[in-house]
Amino acid sequence: MALQTDFLLSVEGLVVSFDGFRAVDDLSFYLDRNEIRVIIGPNGAGKTTVLDLICGRTKATSGSVKFKGLELTKMKEHEIVRAGVGRKFQTPSIYEDLTVFENLEVSFPRGRSVFGALGFRRDAEVRDRVEEIAKNIFLADHLDDLAEYLSHGQKQWLEIGMLLIQDPALMMLDEPVAGMSVSERKKTAELLHRVIQDRSVLVIEHDMDFVGDIAHKVTVLHQGKVISEGSIEHVKADPRVVEVYLGHT
Amino acid sequence: MTFLNRKDIISILLLAVIIVVVLPLMLDPFRLNLVGKYLTYGFVALGLVLCWGDAGILSLGQGIFFGLGGYCMAMFLKLEASSPENTKIQSTPGIPDFMDWNQITSLPWFWEPFRSLTFTLVAVLAVPMLLAFIIGLAMFKRRVGGTYFAIITQAVAAILTILIIGQQGYTGGVNGITDLRTLEGWDIRPDHAKLVLYFVSAGLLLGCVLLAQFVRRSKLGRILVAMRDKEDRVRFSGYDVANFKIFVFCFAAGLAAIGGAMFTLQVGFMSPSFVGIIPSIEMVIFCAVGGRTSILGAIYGALAVNWARTTFSEDLPQLWLFAMGSMFILVVVVFPQGIAGVYRRYLDPLVDKILPPSRRRAPTIASVETPTASLAE
Repeated sequence: MALQTDFLLSVEGLVVSFDGFRAVDDLSFYLDRNEIRVIIGPNGAGKTTVLDLICGRTKATSGSVKFKGLELTKMKEHEIVRAGVGRKFQTPSIYEDLTVFENLEVSFPRGRSVFGALGFRRDAEVRDRVEEIAKNIFLADHLDDLAEYLSHGQKQWLEIGMLLIQDPALMMLDEPVAGMSVSERKKTAELLHRVIQDRSVLVIEHDMDFVGDIAHKVTVLHQGKVISEGSIEHVKADPRVVEVYLGHT
Repeated sequence: MTFLNRKDIISILLLAVIIVVVLPLMLDPFRLNLVGKYLTYGFVALGLVLCWGDAGILSLGQGIFFGLGGYCMAMFLKLEASSPENTKIQSTPGIPDFMDWNQITSLPWFWEPFRSLTFTLVAVLAVPMLLAFIIGLAMFKRRVGGTYFAIITQAVAAILTILIIGQQGYTGGVNGITDLRTLEGWDIRPDHAKLVLYFVSAGLLLGCVLLAQFVRRSKLGRILVAMRDKEDRVRFSGYDVANFKIFVFCFAAGLAAIGGAMFTLQVGFMSPSFVGIIPSIEMVIFCAVGGRTSILGAIYGALAVNWARTTFSEDLPQLWLFAMGSMFILVVVVFPQGIAGVYRRYLDPLVDKILPPSRRRAPTIASVETPTASLAE
């Protein structure tokens, strides 16, 4: 147990059951600081549910999720975010009726209370930070465009940018390159390598080339349980992984 | 004022000129008093723009807040009209006439504070906003939204109407609180008093327009739009979404309450027929016809629909309900953004030609302004 403190995130004995069906079954894993961890597994393995459990969207039936010593299973969603956990959804989840600038500004971690938002000023600090993030996510030339008109890939980057501006210690990305072109995928990998400084990233991904490109370590889920964990070469060689996952692709 | 750009200022001034100069010059005192009544619905529509248009929270119960604001004002006026001298023929002089008719022999405790104008003015805002806060807290913290929320607001409107009608001795029942005469000794019934009240209404409405625009231009305004679009994304950006919903619902309730109080003053009575389900739905129609994402559109919508109602009711009363129904269907099917949508599509480009958008949509992000939620575009 003493080891726990060394990890940024420790998930232990996590269980969630929906009407008796155990979507996540006694799951444990540990995430280091500055690590990119990829979770893979067949459909229905419980990957997205794991992210939902960490960020508070789904309440755990039992088990614990510790992040920087905080027990996340007992916290509300917005408190978990404020503690430093950012979450990107599978389908790009951005505000289509706002401009790219406003999307990033709304995500800027200041003035998060009702009256704080009412008194929020768009000062130099906000503008500089938004410009810096926009450059990072390849959208510096689109700041005044409505997010609605961005391409699918750009929307994905924008949502990553909306997490980045909050500077979370843990960033969770659900299929960040799904539906992206080859060149967009490459740029996304480059982006992720850049943002890894001083934070950990937890990624769900199906694209094995992309996984190989970014992962420090891979966790393979099947029916809510970890069946293999280690380097990409290790899990690719694991016969159980080939059996339930890679063999089918 | 950074929350107004040049076009906003021009369009607000235009509204001001219409309601403060043009209409009073054109209309006789009777018609102007009617417009004054329509303006009070403008307050409700204004609140609905933020609550429904921006934040996507459809409330079918704005009549609750309009009515509570109106009743608070009516209680004060009624007490003033029920002085012992005015009511000496009653078995209990000094209490409102309807209480006397219902064998009530002393003023109920909750009427007592309404002898004070200061208390009344505070209550006009505080009572409806407190109720909105309680409804909001109970619903939004439990994540009740969308249609369910709309139905619950309907239910509350129905309950309040039944309560008012059922408690005749305390509320005046189905007749409402009538025969209101003076405000701190100033007779509100003659034409010149109605003219003054009209201008007070118009002035308050313009003030509320500025306040609403300030809210929309703040980051809170953008969070409301963001919430309508992707509630979960806002939640997972570290905001307590329920608090923002409660705020905007209370804000809309407060505006409706001001409208209700001004309604009582100008019309001279308040009754449950302005509280229940049907008036609440009509208020949503005013806002939809005008354009639920445009502050000024909603006010023009309230004026236009009510003007049409009066005209129809005078000439073809049996057709009015059909006309309003078809108008609503037409708006929903053909012009989802209402009058404001038509303006944006056909007239706004022309206005841009005449008045080149100097600082609007400036190419650099150094611009303080935001291109969305513009008042009239």
